[in-house]
Amino acid sequence: MAERILTGTHFLNGDEACAEGAVAAGCDLFAGYPITPQSEIAERIARRLPQVGGVFIQMEDEISSMAATLGGAWGGKKAMTATSGPGFSLMMENLGLGMMTETPCVVVNIQRGGPSTGLPTLVAQGDMMQARWGSHGDYGVVALAPSSPQESFEMTVRAFNLAERLRMPILVMSDEVVGHMFERVVIDPDRIEIVERKAPNKPPGEFLLYEPGEDLVPQGMPTFGDGHRVHVTGLTHDERGYPVINAEVQAELVPRLRKKIEVAADLVTDFEETDIDDAEVVIVTYGISARTSLGALRLAQQKGLKVGMLRLKTVWPFPEQKIRDLADRVAGFVVPELNLGQIVLEVERTACGKAAVRSVPHAGGAIHNPDTIVSAIEEVFAHAH
Amino acid sequence: MATATTKRWKTKYGYLYVQDDECKGCGFCIEFCPKEVLEEADRFNAKGYYPPRLKDPEACVNCTFCELICPDFAIWSEKVEDAKTAESGETDG
Amino acid sequence: MLTKAKPAPPPEVLDNVSHPMERYLRADRLPHIWCSGCGLGTVLSCFTYALDELGLGETDVGIVSGIGCTGRAAGYLNLDSYHTTHGRAIAFATGLAVAQPDKKVVVISGDGDLFAIGGNHFIHAARRNVDMTVVCVNNFNYGMTGGQFGPTTPIGSRGTTAPYGNYENPFNLPYLAASSGAVYVARWTSLHARRLKEAMIEAITTPGFTFVEVVCPCPTNYGRRNRIGEGLDELKYYAERSVIRHGADPSEGDLLPGMDVLIGRFVHKERPTFLQAYEQQILDKQQFAKPPGMGKGPHRTSGATSTDRRASS
Repeated sequence: MAERILTGTHFLNGDEACAEGAVAAGCDLFAGYPITPQSEIAERIARRLPQVGGVFIQMEDEISSMAATLGGAWGGKKAMTATSGPGFSLMMENLGLGMMTETPCVVVNIQRGGPSTGLPTLVAQGDMMQARWGSHGDYGVVALAPSSPQESFEMTVRAFNLAERLRMPILVMSDEVVGHMFERVVIDPDRIEIVERKAPNKPPGEFLLYEPGEDLVPQGMPTFGDGHRVHVTGLTHDERGYPVINAEVQAELVPRLRKKIEVAADLVTDFEETDIDDAEVVIVTYGISARTSLGALRLAQQKGLKVGMLRLKTVWPFPEQKIRDLADRVAGFVVPELNLGQIVLEVERTACGKAAVRSVPHAGGAIHNPDTIVSAIEEVFAHAH
Repeated sequence: MATATTKRWKTKYGYLYVQDDECKGCGFCIEFCPKEVLEEADRFNAKGYYPPRLKDPEACVNCTFCELICPDFAIWSEKVEDAKTAESGETDG
Repeated sequence: MLTKAKPAPPPEVLDNVSHPMERYLRADRLPHIWCSGCGLGTVLSCFTYALDELGLGETDVGIVSGIGCTGRAAGYLNLDSYHTTHGRAIAFATGLAVAQPDKKVVVISGDGDLFAIGGNHFIHAARRNVDMTVVCVNNFNYGMTGGQFGPTTPIGSRGTTAPYGNYENPFNLPYLAASSGAVYVARWTSLHARRLKEAMIEAITTPGFTFVEVVCPCPTNYGRRNRIGEGLDELKYYAERSVIRHGADPSEGDLLPGMDVLIGRFVHKERPTFLQAYEQQILDKQQFAKPPGMGKGPHRTSGATSTDRRASS
């Protein structure tokens, strides 16, 4: 059998690295549909999964892709799907089903220009709010944002692990540039942690599919045919999984879907700080925009400005506390994103007026010119002094 | 279900069971019994439906059609190997 | 019938007696929500008897359903049961079936769920010959939401969204299933309980994508709005018009108002299933190892080629 972990140093693009990350993490079912700029994930994984005892299914659309991913997860597989904007929209209903039924799986979105068919081959980061709020109703989201092929590999592995820990779908919000850029990817098995699926904590007949543990996560994930005879429904349900249609049970179940993420903050929160300590202005960014911002950061520093950068590696849940802390001492935040201002709204909300917040929007189709980010930084400085 | 009170009639070849309170009065068993051995009971159940009762135990052959078609699992039959016939007086005809 | 029979002796009254099929049911969820006279309970009943006759244990079968009255069936079965989103049961079931190839996956859902919103998933799973059985309860409307017309509503019938009568041509489900590639296609009414149970058994034991349509009464909505009467009247209405023709060409199975209801077993053949094709054409040729569970199971026939086993009786 071929190796799951492709140990060594490779020259891969983000999509390919994502596929390798999935295979390394133990993915054994991928159900997806072709869409630029994700197709390379499906193509590579179509080749790799049969080599390692997995199954690849090209479904008829993204709706069924998400549904089959959930079905595969309940069938005991580490399941994944991948798409881009239009497919992400189609997946929303079943993503909600995955959230409500607490199904472990991974959903990758290689973002492209939108809305609608938009710019199929060109980059954007316009689905970030959709990642948080895209499906109807209240639920919580964990969304990781890689900034390189190396991170595409690592964060896909991490996504599988988080899926098992939190028993929910985990989003990987990448973008077309990260997906299509080729860079060195080092795959070292000693640096890969794999979290296996937790077996139910009680035997059949006693195990309750939705009884939370202290971490607010259901205590184990059964597999179809293992004797637990579960009932899984998208209807509001009690700890047994049986539908109960009233406000009391709703109050028991739905807030917990968010809280289980909140209490796992240490596990889930992830960001990278660059020159933050004495910064007066902090760039807050993620994904490919973080790469551009790094260039802008150096340009600004060369002009003598005290700038730092906070790169969000986990975008959702948003690191509110970090922003609040920074807002107390910095003059302002600059938020470059390849959209017309989405995560900047979270920065504004959490900064609560204590620091200036300057969006650096971009409708998509190309990455920022670093000069625009530098200008924004200079503006914030000018305003502050 | 197991918590419901069950009526059991002796038939020629076994038994017929009815759980009155499970019945939703659809009438399928009464109407389609090939031997027409069922009729509506005099009293309605807790839900206001008239469950079936066995009017002709002699004629019931435990064919299980009522059991299969009942939408509410309220009626079923049991064939017993050496069942005695139901207490039968003379029959006419 | 005896004309002057003696009154039957009174029954014994017992406690703690279980229905023979109780092990397949979530008894604490009963009575079910379906109306008096609805055909769904019969379908559920026949299904439990089919499982019983097949000797299938409670861990050998999984049920996937969609949204609608029929979709609730999953919640009453004491098996691994998955009540998914509207129209997507077959897609979910594809993932489940592929993940556990030696178990049986049965989709039980309604005409609207499977053929309107779910139509695309139906034809693809049939095309691929994914190993699953689809039981479609056809009551000619969207019952749970109040009686809107749907893709199987006969021309002229009324629905809440067809107040002047439906003018859309409905699907002929057996024809659609057959032409999409289903290897087993049958249609019965819920009155034909024994044959329905047999059909379920045949469908479950035939490898690949198998389809059983069950014509059922919906007295609260379809039956009432179309003046067919109570559940019993509606059941008789379909049964009286039923014509059994095993091996008939499914294209003849259109359900026109007031006309014959063609029932029977129309297609019964063999061709490689989705996973068999994967096994034969990829895994064996490339000499890759098989995923766990593949190639096993009592109802597997590997090396299947296309044969037509359509029975005529």
